[in-house]
Amino acid sequence: MKKLEAWWRPVLVLAIVFAGWWFVAAQEYVPNYLVPTPSQVWETMTGQWDFLMRNSLVTLWETVVGFVLAGLIGLGTAVLIAYSRTMEKALYPIVLFAQVIPKIAIAPLLIVWFGFGLTPKIILAVLIAFFPVVISGVAGLRSTDPELLDLSSTMGASPWQTFRKIRFPNALPHLMAGLKVAVTLAVVGAVVGEFVGATEGLGYVLLVANGNLDAPMLFADLFLMSAIGIVLFILVEVAEALLIPWHASRRSGVPLTTS
Amino acid sequence: MSTAVEVNDLVVRFQSKRSAVVAVTDVTISVEPGELVTIVGPSGCGKSTLLKIVAGLVKPTSGTVSLMGQAVSGPQKEIGFVFQRAALLEWRGVLKNIMLQAEIRKMDRAAATRRARDLIELTGLTGFEDALPHELSGGMQQRVALCRALLHSPRVLLMDEPFGALDALTREGLNEELNRIWRETGTTIMLVTHSIAEAVFLGTRVEVMSPRPGRIIRTFDVNLPKERHYAQIMSDPHFDQLASEIRSLLGSNASH
Ligand SMILES: Nc1ncnc2c1ncn2[C@@H]1O[C@H](COP(=O)(O)OP(=O)(O)OP(=O)(O)O)[C@@H](O)[C@H]1O
Ligand SMILES: [Mg+2]
Repeated sequence: MKKLEAWWRPVLVLAIVFAGWWFVAAQEYVPNYLVPTPSQVWETMTGQWDFLMRNSLVTLWETVVGFVLAGLIGLGTAVLIAYSRTMEKALYPIVLFAQVIPKIAIAPLLIVWFGFGLTPKIILAVLIAFFPVVISGVAGLRSTDPELLDLSSTMGASPWQTFRKIRFPNALPHLMAGLKVAVTLAVVGAVVGEFVGATEGLGYVLLVANGNLDAPMLFADLFLMSAIGIVLFILVEVAEALLIPWHASRRSGVPLTTS
Repeated sequence: MSTAVEVNDLVVRFQSKRSAVVAVTDVTISVEPGELVTIVGPSGCGKSTLLKIVAGLVKPTSGTVSLMGQAVSGPQKEIGFVFQRAALLEWRGVLKNIMLQAEIRKMDRAAATRRARDLIELTGLTGFEDALPHELSGGMQQRVALCRALLHSPRVLLMDEPFGALDALTREGLNEELNRIWRETGTTIMLVTHSIAEAVFLGTRVEVMSPRPGRIIRTFDVNLPKERHYAQIMSDPHFDQLASEIRSLLGSNASH
């Protein structure tokens, strides 16, 4: 029952949007080659299922690899920045530069350097996704209560023990928030890479469909891109719930009497 | 046996870009093994600083500090420290919070777990072994911190206003518990507090500090039996007399 109550609102909104789309498309208020009907999109989706799945897998793979690398590199960078003033001064400008440089602008360059394969897409996904990981990681590692650090000194803890038992778990809630942002951005990075130069992947399919004025294919492609982002986001949320149950239980720690 | 804690001519000055603060000046204290010395003084007079100096967490500007006959030159391992706030790991349950001490010191796991369970029973936390800190009351959190500080049976226990955030009743209960633990374990304790009643009730000796820069203005010996209970101590004329003497020394702005 509780589950149902939580779900009916978003489902209702989606249903209204969907009905609106169907209505507009079926009545041809907008020409059919611009906005296809849901049934057309459905036919494309089922008819070209194998083709679409093959390309989705390519994009999914680039996204996941990019995200994992962004997580590892981002965390490593955050540790260096949080632990060393010198490293902070040396790394922050680079991190910031990597963030503000428009990814669309360097995508062609990456294609020239690394060819049409997966590498440039993965690099773009990493570039675009690692910034939130660094920022949230640094914030998390710095948020350690100084008394906890004093405590670990009186226990004679090594820096590694302090990191593993105190600073890292303490940083996890921040870090997970950053990872959630990062995973959605990684999809964008991969697709941008495919736009600029690719022979497969959802971004490539989108470009081709656009060129052919194939609106149903274009819409089907968009749905799949969004689905990748949503599924990955949910996976990170599940990982969060498993990794830091104490954090979630504190958030939902409301008295049982309130509904 | 050597003196448990020895502080000589201690001066601590904090220097920052914007200001320089003399936190503690000319403090000389020596604590014999098995004593329970309480330290009272107005807020900001350097009580926490003094404990951190003994623990080796802050470096003295001048003066010497030694613990169990050894000069203090860095963080000390042979102590237990209870902080002003409980300082628990919010992702660990009660038992695991206490076991942090054992993990970091690489103590024998089975023996440490047994001792942790004994301490949990001793402090009345039985049934809450797996509860997370945010599910505990303030008093229970402080008990967990106390168990953690006692796990490795330290010779010296430093306590910084351990019961400061608690209501008077809970506090008196925990004071009696601490008195019992101290009697049973023979631990040397230095305890900082804002409460004059607590200082006299717990201490074998009360050190009174002046406002910043903190120095020790008087030392009172507490001639009460080792075993103490509030009902009986509060009606003792010696308690009343000591408490009012300290109160007048600290002036009207002292609390409780
Ligand atoms: N790390 C620090 N850097 C700069 N100044 C400090 C630092 N620690 C303490 N001080 C200063 O030293 C003085 C004494 O601080 P301390 O914490 O020892 O006081 P206290 O007696 O414990 O006070 P309270 O009873 O409120 O806890 C204060 O004026 C404080 O501002
Ligand atoms: Mg203090």
